[in-house]
Amino acid sequence: MTEVRVAGVGLTPFGRHPERTGRDLFGEAALRAFEDAAVDRADVEELNYGNFMGALAEHQGHQAPLMAEAAGVRCPATRYESACASAGVAVREAVRTVAAGDADVVLAGGMERMTNLPTDEVTEGLAIAADDLYEVRAGVTFPGAYALMANAYFDAYGGSREDLAHIASKNHENALPNEYAQYRREVSVAEAMDAPPVAEPLHLYDACPITDGASALVLVSEEYAAEHDLDASVAVTGTGQGTDRMALGDREHLARTPAADDAADAAYADAGVEAADVDVAEVHDCFTIAEVLALESLGLFEPGEGISAAREGLTTADGDLPVNLSGGLKAKGHPVGATGGSQIAELTRLLRGDHPNSEHVPEAEVGVAHNAGGTVASAVVHVLEVAG
Amino acid sequence: MSDDGADAADETDETDAAPPTDRHYAEWLDALADGDGFALVCPEGHGSLPPRRVCPECGAADLSREPLDETGTVATYSVVHVPSPRFADDAPYATAVADFGPTRLTGIVRDGGADDEAPEVEIGDTIAVDVGERATDGERLVVFRPAGGR
Repeated sequence: MTEVRVAGVGLTPFGRHPERTGRDLFGEAALRAFEDAAVDRADVEELNYGNFMGALAEHQGHQAPLMAEAAGVRCPATRYESACASAGVAVREAVRTVAAGDADVVLAGGMERMTNLPTDEVTEGLAIAADDLYEVRAGVTFPGAYALMANAYFDAYGGSREDLAHIASKNHENALPNEYAQYRREVSVAEAMDAPPVAEPLHLYDACPITDGASALVLVSEEYAAEHDLDASVAVTGTGQGTDRMALGDREHLARTPAADDAADAAYADAGVEAADVDVAEVHDCFTIAEVLALESLGLFEPGEGISAAREGLTTADGDLPVNLSGGLKAKGHPVGATGGSQIAELTRLLRGDHPNSEHVPEAEVGVAHNAGGTVASAVVHVLEVAG
Repeated sequence: MSDDGADAADETDETDAAPPTDRHYAEWLDALADGDGFALVCPEGHGSLPPRRVCPECGAADLSREPLDETGTVATYSVVHVPSPRFADDAPYATAVADFGPTRLTGIVRDGGADDEAPEVEIGDTIAVDVGERATDGERLVVFRPAGGR
């Protein structure tokens, strides 16, 4: 097994780009990744590309060859779809390919274009990540599903809307200096509490926005990095994936996410690290309650203790364990098929020291990225480390 | 076995208005509406809903139809204010996940009164299951009704 290095990362600004095609967005992210990596496009051996609802949003299936064109690479190209974990699984397969010695250079990432659709059609599009027969037809929307989990969590462990508001406020504050973030403005706890309800107990500021954007990573083998004298100081040392029953109602736990437990266990074991080693985390906070569930699945907090982590200042930028220094999905934005790749891009920048929030984690050596699909019927976890 | 139901439905396919992919669901809703709600239960006692070839928990292929309990208990709920287009005229509505013995159902809670207001619901409430219609387009859906007690 060879070590997998992140040679370069590229993001588009996340936000509203309804007038830009998906190929334009991914092309931009890939261009930035190649500039950052200083890797020759001709050396790319595979493209692993994540996308969820492009067939609905752009009437465009078979996107992988199109994105190879956009990125200027000519190699086997495959689209991965796992709802909001689409880019996470694309990156995971890229990591496995390089680690196994099957390729030295793989381009991985994803794209989602969402704001060109009316909000109700996006709501409908996102809902197809849930069980159509037994959830969607019973009125479960995507926020509604997380609201069901939030109330189950409150019932099992306690917690309140105000705890969730602290998570929203924290992530908005983290997004302020991030040039790629969609919402670079503060949201106070009081403002979050006063926002209109979406699916109780979740209100407007408990939810991530509708976002367009793309992410791209150039992953290389340690040997390739050495041969080409690349500045690739961050390694992906662990990858893990988990699956749970599709419908929330079919799960053993309504207030826990076993798919992410499994993904985290596998990723930590792969990297040879423990939760206690983690210095910084980017987690899938599509809703504020999702950050809580992620922190507990990652073993960073015991079940029932993640809810108060932001309020107590443990996960804030100046806390012991900063979480979502990028702004998270909540404030940075959530172009669903690109998100998993963007988390790795942000963590890489944080660990390299060239992220605007790197000052909050100057000694960080181990980072973890948590990317969830649907209501965590899918989960992908990656461990990143500063290469020794 | 669920497959027996599928074979029977094949014979009535031309008169069945539901799309083929919905056949088992439509049949299950018919049974619920007739007061004959059922789950598919494996020898280990895991309950699930059709269509199902094997038990999703243990892989057992020997599934039997067992009647749903008369009443269930609310495991969690939410009042949805921002609906999908198919529920545009139903919002706000209370959606809930409820335990009926070994099987969990997801549905909308209605109290039998005016449907334009979501009824009060709490975790632990006892509810009964029924079939209702979406206000938006008349499509059938699973409805829970308060059955008293907690």
